Amino acid sequence: MNFRRVAADFRIVMRSYFRNPVALFFSLFFPIILIALFGLIFSATGSGPVTLPVLNEDHNSAVSREFLSALNNTSVDKVSVVSNSTVAPGDFASWLGQNDDPVGLIIPPGFQADYYNATPTNVSVFTNPQDAASTGAVLGAVQGVANGFNLHRACSGQVCAPVIGYTNQNVGSQVYTYIDYLIPGLIGFSILTSPMFSMVDIASSYRKEGIFRELSLTPLTRSEWLLSRITWYVGITFVTAGIMIGAGVVLFGAHVNVTAGLIPFLIVGPFFFVSLGMLAGSVAKTPESAALIGNIITFPMMFLSGTFFPVSSFPPYLQAFAHILPLYYVIDGMNQVMLFSNSAKALADLLVVLIGAIVVFAFAVRLFKWRDE
Amino acid sequence: MTEAIEVRGLVKRYGQLAAVDGIDFSVSSGTVFSFLGPNGAGKTTTTEILEGLRRRTGGEVSVLGLDPWTEGPALHRRIGVIPQDFRFFEKITAGEAIEYYRALFHTDVDPDVLLAQVELLDKKNARYDTLSGGQKQKLGLALALTNVPEICFLDEPTTGLDPHARRAIWSVIRSLKGSGKTIFLTTHYLEEAELLADHVAIIHHGKIIAAGTPSEIIRVHGRPERISVQAPPELATYLERHLGVAASAEDGRVAVELGDKHDALRVLSAIEASGFPWDSFETNRDTLEDVFVRMVGQMDDGALKQEAPK
Repeated sequence: MNFRRVAADFRIVMRSYFRNPVALFFSLFFPIILIALFGLIFSATGSGPVTLPVLNEDHNSAVSREFLSALNNTSVDKVSVVSNSTVAPGDFASWLGQNDDPVGLIIPPGFQADYYNATPTNVSVFTNPQDAASTGAVLGAVQGVANGFNLHRACSGQVCAPVIGYTNQNVGSQVYTYIDYLIPGLIGFSILTSPMFSMVDIASSYRKEGIFRELSLTPLTRSEWLLSRITWYVGITFVTAGIMIGAGVVLFGAHVNVTAGLIPFLIVGPFFFVSLGMLAGSVAKTPESAALIGNIITFPMMFLSGTFFPVSSFPPYLQAFAHILPLYYVIDGMNQVMLFSNSAKALADLLVVLIGAIVVFAFAVRLFKWRDE
Repeated sequence: MTEAIEVRGLVKRYGQLAAVDGIDFSVSSGTVFSFLGPNGAGKTTTTEILEGLRRRTGGEVSVLGLDPWTEGPALHRRIGVIPQDFRFFEKITAGEAIEYYRALFHTDVDPDVLLAQVELLDKKNARYDTLSGGQKQKLGLALALTNVPEICFLDEPTTGLDPHARRAIWSVIRSLKGSGKTIFLTTHYLEEAELLADHVAIIHHGKIIAAGTPSEIIRVHGRPERISVQAPPELATYLERHLGVAASAEDGRVAVELGDKHDALRVLSAIEASGFPWDSFETNRDTLEDVFVRMVGQMDDGALKQEAPK
């Protein structure tokens, strides 16, 4: 290993990169776009109240009005009463669809009378299963308000306060929002994708164009060449992570712990995936099959390693699958550092990635050939 | 004179196919050796074996006293190679490319001197992807010279270049030869070999079918020198009858093969004495290209199959 040669090759990589506007755009703006996009999609829902169109078939009775005002006070729903003359109860579902409302509610006729007589009656809740957030919010609120009314009715006038209440706290030591979980996930996403896609391409196209052949005629060794790429992607990763954390804080008020514990992951992560990309590109015979192999490795990891959604939200078999994906350990480790301050778990994750990286690097150096047999 | 390259019984097989089928040759230090052959003859395979880029199946190969395959790294510090269709990193300038190779080889040649040597100094700050085909090839040549090599391997260095760029490469090759370097040149331009090479070997179907200096090859494998005149075909019959030489008539010209130089006067006197009208006197001799085309063509027809390499 000769570091003068590594440095010379690194300068070539750096210059090629800075003179390529597309590459520059992707590394500098893509992280911001990713954070902004996912931050907006997932942070917006759940934070504001859901507008709930209501068709009151009980002629504005006192109990129905009390029920709706209780719903309005849950801070989840904002009740908007729809005039009975606008739409018939049988057409309400399609009316909601036409108006792009994901949820709706019908108070049945005789609601007040049934309540006083303790005759079971049902309000109808309309939901759109594709909008899981609104569905959950409305069902929860309606259920909660109905329970309150049921409790009150069961006590029939006696003082009858609820016994068990609850307070809400988030997982972790501080109050975290989705954006806080998203930042380590998206840093992991770029640790995976930017080296994988470009190394797979480089490995096969440099071979095809004969650039490896030319390099093989110089004293540069394969491990020196690979080390220079790894160094470059470590640098890119630091910049990207910085941009993502900055964008998360500025745009969405994220609060993550940025500590020195993050640094090993930003080094070992790219080390692993540059080597893996090189390995994938080397075993392929043509650039086309290299791209295919690269995608087969990359895509499952892109979605199933906790990049956009926490792995704990997966069904058990997918969780088990996630645990064999190397990126899972990179992202979990960064979660442990940035959110949970759990250095023991972070260290265990780091060890898994480091050992994997050494093995993959060794295979990549062995299997990628400067010259033909 | 010491041998820079020695090859004995070199064989390279791909499965059942012998791409190189037991060839012998040697290249003396400080000379230009040209390796000729049609596409697929085994030129590039042989060159790559000499450069240490390809493993041989059998035979002995020594380049500067080293085994190219097992002692590649040591050899690569002492040879320069421009491959066929040289490619480099697109966004890197000519000057930066030289700096890169200087750092890799840890030499201190002056980039400006090197670029001037290949007539590329004016493009020092031009990026690779803006260079023309000839300029790219010159950059390849400059990079191959960065480590001050003892042998330069040039694999079809002028293929696809315009005549002007080709002449520029030739002048660089001549100046390299002048500075005492050994040059191993593969080409399929015969005039290039005839112009530059001290020694030539023609390879076909993995075997060397002719070797020597260009004039030796022409003498051994070429047809005799010919005299031809513009004349009616009857002159051919007349000359055969009166002189007992082989004469042929074609396209309004009559041609006579000369056994040795004294035949020339006899043939001319006989033509004059024949009384036929004649004009436009010419002598013709085979060029290396004529010999090459005939040998390769005849070999493909099966006629030369048994001819042993020299």
